Amino acid sequence: MQHTSWHWRLFKGICLALISLFFLFPILWVLLMSFQTNEDILRVPPSPFFTPTLDNYRALIAGELTGAGSTLKIAYMKNIWNSFVLSACSVLLSLLLGVPAAYAFARYRFRLGENIAFTLLSFRFAPPLLVLLPLLLYFQDLGLYDTYFGLIWVYQLITLPLILWIVRGYFEDVSPDIEHAYRIDGHSWLRSFLKIAVPLARPGIAAAALLAFIFAWNNFVFALILGSSDVQPVTVGALAFITASGIQYGQIAAGLVLSVIPTFVLALVMQRYLVEGLSLGAVKG
Amino acid sequence: MTTQDMTQAAALPARRRSGRMRALLPYLLSLPALVVTIGILIPFGTAVYYSLQRYNLAFPFTRGFIGLDNYAQFVTDPAFWNTVQISLLYTVVTVGVELALGLSMALLLQHRTPVNNLLSVLLILPLMTAPAIAALMWKLMTNPNFGVFSYLVGLAGFTEFRWASSPSTALFTVVLVDVWVYTPFMMILLLAGLRSLPRQPFEAAELDGVPASFVFFRITLPMLTPYIITASLFRMLDAIQQFDIIYAMTQGGPGDRLMVFQVQAYLEAFTFTNIGRSAAFLMVLWAITFILSNLFIKQWLKLRERTHRAA
Repeated sequence: MQHTSWHWRLFKGICLALISLFFLFPILWVLLMSFQTNEDILRVPPSPFFTPTLDNYRALIAGELTGAGSTLKIAYMKNIWNSFVLSACSVLLSLLLGVPAAYAFARYRFRLGENIAFTLLSFRFAPPLLVLLPLLLYFQDLGLYDTYFGLIWVYQLITLPLILWIVRGYFEDVSPDIEHAYRIDGHSWLRSFLKIAVPLARPGIAAAALLAFIFAWNNFVFALILGSSDVQPVTVGALAFITASGIQYGQIAAGLVLSVIPTFVLALVMQRYLVEGLSLGAVKG
Repeated sequence: MTTQDMTQAAALPARRRSGRMRALLPYLLSLPALVVTIGILIPFGTAVYYSLQRYNLAFPFTRGFIGLDNYAQFVTDPAFWNTVQISLLYTVVTVGVELALGLSMALLLQHRTPVNNLLSVLLILPLMTAPAIAALMWKLMTNPNFGVFSYLVGLAGFTEFRWASSPSTALFTVVLVDVWVYTPFMMILLLAGLRSLPRQPFEAAELDGVPASFVFFRITLPMLTPYIITASLFRMLDAIQQFDIIYAMTQGGPGDRLMVFQVQAYLEAFTFTNIGRSAAFLMVLWAITFILSNLFIKQWLKLRERTHRAA
């Protein structure tokens, strides 16, 4: 397996460099664009050397784009806020619903148990539009269209299976003996669940929660269909922003950068658990 | 009689009551999760019903039950076959490229050196970008006026290369964005797989001086197969349903060049207000994903079993 000859290592090095260039250059370039004026961006040939400016970010945060003699009001910050609200609330709700269920599936063999667990999993794989189309008509009747509540409910399709299956794996890996001992001491089931089982699975619960947050943050289609600009997250907001802002390319780049910062930070914090989350708990990193 | 025996004797009646509770407990614990998601099963039933109707929001008075007519019309409908063809092509090409590239990357990064550790973290960033945002990033960089990629292909002599706006290169462009976003998914799953393989066969092969190509095709690849199958099926399930990247990039155009299932269904419903036909498109897609997801769940369970037995 060990190829230590120098030309083999050189070949591997070149491959890695090209691959890194392909995957990292777009992020780097958009980041650079976000600090450029439109004149810098439109210059041919494109150049990585320029005088950086924070005007693009300033305009986004102020919510006013000035260009070509007119001022355009934008609510991009509101979109980012919506992303936070939707992702955080969806994950909290999923934890409340999913952690007890995960415990039940891990500790008890009960009739219909596996069926329920797989039904929840299969939601992850159904075409979202199939559900969203009828749901839109229902939501309009129920008054749930364009509300945080309605979207948070639908976001459970993404966050709940993830939390359920990752946390289930953690409960399965913790021996039930400690809980049994605690219960023999006369403590109730609820106490042993809250005082023993949940704390032991806490790293898994935290990992699952942060991963679910990333997935919720990156969702696009749910809010595209079930909400207007008042509740739409940044993924949908960015598309509308590009249409509205026209040629303010620097601000578009800055907007894209702002939209990926939270997930990038979480991914760097969570890297040890990413494999487990991405495989829905089937593979450990 | 020890104190333990006494507490157990005293606890007996309570135990019997809690025995009944115990039997109900798992249901009580999983019920809330199920109730919240069951709300989603109702719309699913409604979608099936819509697909059996003539139902166009622009002509409410013509609404009515027409059985399988929406599906029967697909047989002779070029738009339908175009959608099937583009969706399958998109799925096969993206997953194929992502598997080949992801596997190469996993092999290159297999050994835990400082550089490899750093790269395997940084290379995950595209996967953490929302696909819709990734499409917009690439749209900026392939802009004909100032896009850096337009400039670079121009230098290489392709001055008329128009990326997503030309019918001949649109599919290539969205495939490229998909590969950019999802190859890291393949990479980290296969990397985890490679690192979990037992060492003995490799050590034995090295002692015997077996050539590297033999080791790869006869030892590495067969042992990695469960990971490859699981990761590929997972990606196929997502790729056949791709919406975000294509919608954000071109909304299905130019013309009908990128009309994959969900984009076609979206436009049927929201541009042409033809709910019945849109639902029928989605039902065909659902049938495909149903088969794929059953295959996937089988493979996924095997892998999960193995991981947790090893833990």
